[in-house]
Amino acid sequence: MNTNIDNVHDDHHHTPTGIMRWITTTNHKDIGTLYLWFSLLMFFIGGFMALIIRAELFEPGLQLVIPGFFNQMTTMHALIMIFGAVMPAFVGLANWQVPLMIGAPDMALPRLNNWSFWILPFAFTMMLSTLFFESGGPAAGWTLYPPLSLQGGDSMPFVILSIHMLGISSILGAINIIATILNMRAPGMTLMKLPMFIWTWLITAFLLIAAMPVLAGAITMLLTDRFFGTSFFTASGGGDPVMFQHIFWFFGHPEVYILILPAFGIVSTILPTFSRKKLFGYDSMVYATVSIALLSFIVWAHHMFTVGMPLAGEIFFMLTTMLIAVPTGVKVFNWVATMWQGSMTFETPMLFSIAFIILFTIGGFSGLMLAMTPADFQYHDTYFVVAHFHYVLVPGAVFAIIAAVYYWLPKWTGKMYDEGLGKLHFWLTTIFVNLTFFPQHFVGLAGMPRRIPDYPVQFADFNAISSIGAFGFGLSQLLFLYILYKTLKQNKTVEDKAWDGAEGLEWTLSSPPPYHSFETPPKIN
Amino acid sequence: MRKIVTLFAAIFPSITFAAWEVNMPRGVTPTSEIAYDIHMLMFWITVIIGILVFGVMIYSIIYHRKSVGYIPANFHESTKVEIIWTIIPFLILIGCAIPATKALIMMEDTSDASVTLKVTGYQWMWEYEYLEDGVNFFSKIDNESNKARRLNSGINVNKVDNYLRNVDNIVVLPTNTKVRILLTASDVIHAWWVPELGGKKDAIPGYINEMWLNIKKPGTYRGQCAELCGKDHAFMPIVVKAVPKIEFKKWVSIQKNNRVAKNK
Repeated sequence: MNTNIDNVHDDHHHTPTGIMRWITTTNHKDIGTLYLWFSLLMFFIGGFMALIIRAELFEPGLQLVIPGFFNQMTTMHALIMIFGAVMPAFVGLANWQVPLMIGAPDMALPRLNNWSFWILPFAFTMMLSTLFFESGGPAAGWTLYPPLSLQGGDSMPFVILSIHMLGISSILGAINIIATILNMRAPGMTLMKLPMFIWTWLITAFLLIAAMPVLAGAITMLLTDRFFGTSFFTASGGGDPVMFQHIFWFFGHPEVYILILPAFGIVSTILPTFSRKKLFGYDSMVYATVSIALLSFIVWAHHMFTVGMPLAGEIFFMLTTMLIAVPTGVKVFNWVATMWQGSMTFETPMLFSIAFIILFTIGGFSGLMLAMTPADFQYHDTYFVVAHFHYVLVPGAVFAIIAAVYYWLPKWTGKMYDEGLGKLHFWLTTIFVNLTFFPQHFVGLAGMPRRIPDYPVQFADFNAISSIGAFGFGLSQLLFLYILYKTLKQNKTVEDKAWDGAEGLEWTLSSPPPYHSFETPPKIN
Repeated sequence: MRKIVTLFAAIFPSITFAAWEVNMPRGVTPTSEIAYDIHMLMFWITVIIGILVFGVMIYSIIYHRKSVGYIPANFHESTKVEIIWTIIPFLILIGCAIPATKALIMMEDTSDASVTLKVTGYQWMWEYEYLEDGVNFFSKIDNESNKARRLNSGINVNKVDNYLRNVDNIVVLPTNTKVRILLTASDVIHAWWVPELGGKKDAIPGYINEMWLNIKKPGTYRGQCAELCGKDHAFMPIVVKAVPKIEFKKWVSIQKNNRVAKNK
């Protein structure tokens, strides 16, 4: 019996090498790495599209692209960034960190894990290939509102199928994360001892399972409206175009929190490390996250205040939306209280986390303003909204992801990044991100609608500034690529506990951790 | 500001004509004024909260750092402060919700309007119908803007009069009159928006949405479609000219005569 077990165990170490290692891997670390590199690639592709948009908007008048292609760029930029860059980056971080942080040997469903990842390259190849179709890619905005999306060319069924694949990938990933967190924690790690990053991901995973099938339903109805003669959303056939918006945003609002909750977890992990002080109000942080997740299901129609809802509906969605400010405020206050009377140092992950708190809060402020229905009638579909959601997604979600990479990179690779270059990356990124998005508040308030390739001349100045900022931001990310390259190339190694204030099971392992870690569960005090 | 503008002018000669508008216009209707007031109320509330929260944080960043030898404290929870900073924001929000709800009720009350204007969105123009007077016409982007907006048209758009905000047929409305606007669309969803006249509302196929205006000041007000409606979404402007009631009556009768003349 014993020899048998030994043989099985030996098999593990005879993994394929080269490309086959990555295609067949069921190891959470390998899959995490795949997710992270993939998301970085998508970040650059989506970013390149953003630069095409900003280049066209640099001056009034059309200089570079025709309006139809511009609309394809805004649509694809959003789809790529949401489904290709931010979500896979968080899943990649979860793959690496969930087993390490809860003391599990791997994810609960390793083969499913492999499949979840390998769906993505095929889905995005299909989605991106539509740009080369004669009729072009999708151009109705990432929200795919009918009847406009039903007018689309040949790209539509391809995009819908690829979104279905992304949905399957996300749901499988979420199932895996829930199964891992609920079943594979080290003995003694009760739910209320979970690291915050694990808590936020657990809640995110439930949101994914609840929200993604709703999107799948909505886009399937679009597909049958287009090809099988149904008229769910076509008024002339007795359907209702507004119903699509209700269904879409019932998915869309939880989706927004899917994009930000893991970021909350990351910041709640990094701040205590560099403040050398425990996270303030752990319990209330957990409850606040749960409340935000629950509220996310009853606020969806604030994305559509201008569709002509009944007064009672407008008041209801305004009040519930305002309510979200309470748990979100609690999170921000707890972060500040964590820093208060700490003993802070300002390494790159800490800098990105502090910028996250300030800039995410600014995005939260404009969010609160947008919640006010009377004012939203003016804000809706303007650059004010564009500024708002970029503030919560770029210096929000993306900053948290970058912070997480700097924070755990020494653990993953056993090598420390160049701190000076990291700080330079931080300052360039932060300055340019504000230069890009802050002026968009002004043009939005002054009356510039979103999703337009050309604009009246009174918006020219701030658009020029915004475009300069965008190019600065984009180029600064090449520095990030160089920092990663330089880190991986060097020979110096770091200690197991790379940060003196760090706490958590991952720091008890060697840097880099063994290919199979926690084969025997660690002890929790 | 002057200096910055001059500096910018040196770098980008084409953009010197633009104004540095940074805020929402207060507008000339009760609905635009209330939207502006709510906007400014929320703006100042968030500014004050921002100063307090970021102030504490920046103080902490300056004084509670390892490099000045600060020893970390040990505290990490307090139910009392958690309750305080849950309840205070809640009360502030109630304070905001009351005026906002009142404003919303006022904005959605379209009763007792004396002029009804039906607006229909098309790809890519607007149709206007004065229901009481039987006047109707289409309104689309003016020729000059339409030529200049072509890819590499070679026309300096800064020299075009009201580039992208000018139309062939202007909508005329009376001042100091409650005007009900009915909105619908024939193909895809559009949104009718003139910032100075208040908020926007979607024009949706199969729906008839309502909003109202009461323009207090005569003048010409410009806006454009605000809901992505296809490739020429950026090129369906709206121009509303508000004139005193008597002039409006005159304009209506001229339109009617023109119609009769055309039909003959």
